[in-house]
Amino acid sequence: MEYSEIITEAITTLTVNKLRTGLATLGIVIGIGSVIALVSLGQSSQQAVSAQIQSLGSNLLTVIPGAQSSGFVRGAAGGGTTLTYEDAQALMTSFEGTNVKNVSPEYSSRSQITAGRNNTNTQVVGVTPAYAEVRKVSMETGTFISQRDVSAMTKVAVLGPQAVTDLFGQGTNPIGESIRIRNNSFRVIGVTVSKGGTGFQNQDDMVFVPLTTAQKQLFGAKNITSISVEATNENVMTQVQDAIGYLLLTRHKLSDPTQADFSIFSQNDILGAASQITGTFTALLSGIAAISLIVGGIGIMNIMLVTVTERTREIGLRKALGAKKKTIIAQFLIEAVILTLVGGLIGMIIGVIASLIIARAINLPSVISLRAIVLAIVVSGGIGILFGWYPAKKASDLQPIEALRYE
Amino acid sequence: MISVSRVCKIYKNDSVETRAVDDISFEIKKGEFVAIMGPSGSGKSTLMHILGALDLPTSGEYILDGENVSKLSDDQCANIRNRKIGFVFQSYNLLPRTSALKNVALPMMYAGISKEKRIGTAKKFLEMVGLADRIDHTPNQLSGGQQQRVAIARSLVMNPSIILADEPTGNIASSQAEEIMTIFKKLNRAGHTIVMITHEPDIAHHAKRIIHIRDGKIVTA
Repeated sequence: MEYSEIITEAITTLTVNKLRTGLATLGIVIGIGSVIALVSLGQSSQQAVSAQIQSLGSNLLTVIPGAQSSGFVRGAAGGGTTLTYEDAQALMTSFEGTNVKNVSPEYSSRSQITAGRNNTNTQVVGVTPAYAEVRKVSMETGTFISQRDVSAMTKVAVLGPQAVTDLFGQGTNPIGESIRIRNNSFRVIGVTVSKGGTGFQNQDDMVFVPLTTAQKQLFGAKNITSISVEATNENVMTQVQDAIGYLLLTRHKLSDPTQADFSIFSQNDILGAASQITGTFTALLSGIAAISLIVGGIGIMNIMLVTVTERTREIGLRKALGAKKKTIIAQFLIEAVILTLVGGLIGMIIGVIASLIIARAINLPSVISLRAIVLAIVVSGGIGILFGWYPAKKASDLQPIEALRYE
Repeated sequence: MISVSRVCKIYKNDSVETRAVDDISFEIKKGEFVAIMGPSGSGKSTLMHILGALDLPTSGEYILDGENVSKLSDDQCANIRNRKIGFVFQSYNLLPRTSALKNVALPMMYAGISKEKRIGTAKKFLEMVGLADRIDHTPNQLSGGQQQRVAIARSLVMNPSIILADEPTGNIASSQAEEIMTIFKKLNRAGHTIVMITHEPDIAHHAKRIIHIRDGKIVTA
């Protein structure tokens, strides 16, 4: 008997009992659908996170003040006040023209901002012109903070598009308008281009002011909260990182690197950490989906076992008419594989549609994981064989007389 | 043609031995129409299973067309059933929700015969049993007698050495039962060897020879 005939026979049997066939495939449909949707979703969020981090520049080093020890009490990392504008200037003068392209000292703090009757609470960042270079900020309208603004401690502000929306409403041009930060009036001189960020450190929702203005007029601080260093290229990152570390240790009169009151990390460090988190997340989701896939497979086995019992007489008859063992095995196995493959195919379509819808709903790039699709098809076929084998074997082992007598 | 010599079938159940078929020997020649008769529990069904290569004897020899069936493997038995034996069962045993044509063609599928030839042959035999206009009907759209005629058509498609009928009229109204027996007699006149199992004397007397069985032994041959 030809295999094409067994396949036709299996399809005929499956179409004869549509309800049973539908119910049997349901488990696989859900299993494969969720595997594809969840894996695609995991990958797209991974991609979104790394794209966002990479958009900040892959040759960027960030220096933050470290945990400060006073006596035996150790403070939180980043909370110290050990970094100063002078540190940044020293970095600039020492490394200018070598592997360092730009050094951007920053003072950043959250603050309430009002404009007319609107107000918002957002990140106020004191910057120098280097910030625009280092963070790849481009202007939608107006100009960025200039060196003159920093030297003269002028009260001017550059807004991110989200801040503009919050303070002035969408689509308005705020140039020349004034905003109030901590009872100081600032004139808006520019709006940055949207970077489309979300979550923490959303660059679209920031207000930039001259560094000196932020330190002295707004927050009364002598320190800075971070220094961003742009290296000339990615390959010299470690070298630059070491050089900065050495210089700062010397400046802070520390001899033991373990006592460092600052830390330096690169975008790659953040990227690594972030993708590790999203990777774990994806693995977790896939694990849950895999469980539902196994449950679906057991569902198929269940239905196939019921089918074998239900069709005992049929199997007996087929054997009496000359069907060999392997023909019976093939028939039942092929039925199971067709069930799972059809289920897998439907599940795949549903999974792809679901992941597209969810990605759109939560504003993620829609990534259809080809690997997940191939895997889903292979796995569903495999489940068909794995869970179809036992019922098929059971069917083929039936004695024709017993089977024919079965009521 | 058919040679059964000293065939026994013994079932052991918790050390209790049941001799369903006890040392039976007989021969059936080509072209015969034999009825095997006996009350229920006489062992006639077991004998029929052995004759149909559905079951192997515990001891003794069963030779069909020169082949010793008592020594064959499962798959070889399947082959014998497919090519040399045409079954007609009491409860018809047609595939449900499957057309008469497909039911009749089924043995040919297992023999690996091409689809065109299967359909042609199946149609021919359905015509022969008078169901040419019912080929697309499924079993539940047919009467008992019609279903049994489909089963007879199915038993013939492989041109078997013997037709084994197990209580072929057991589930059929008596008016239709005569019809079935007429078909068997016609087949026998055409040269088919028929072995029929029954407990009804009215049906048995259609055969040319009757073998009576009681308690697993032949009473008269």
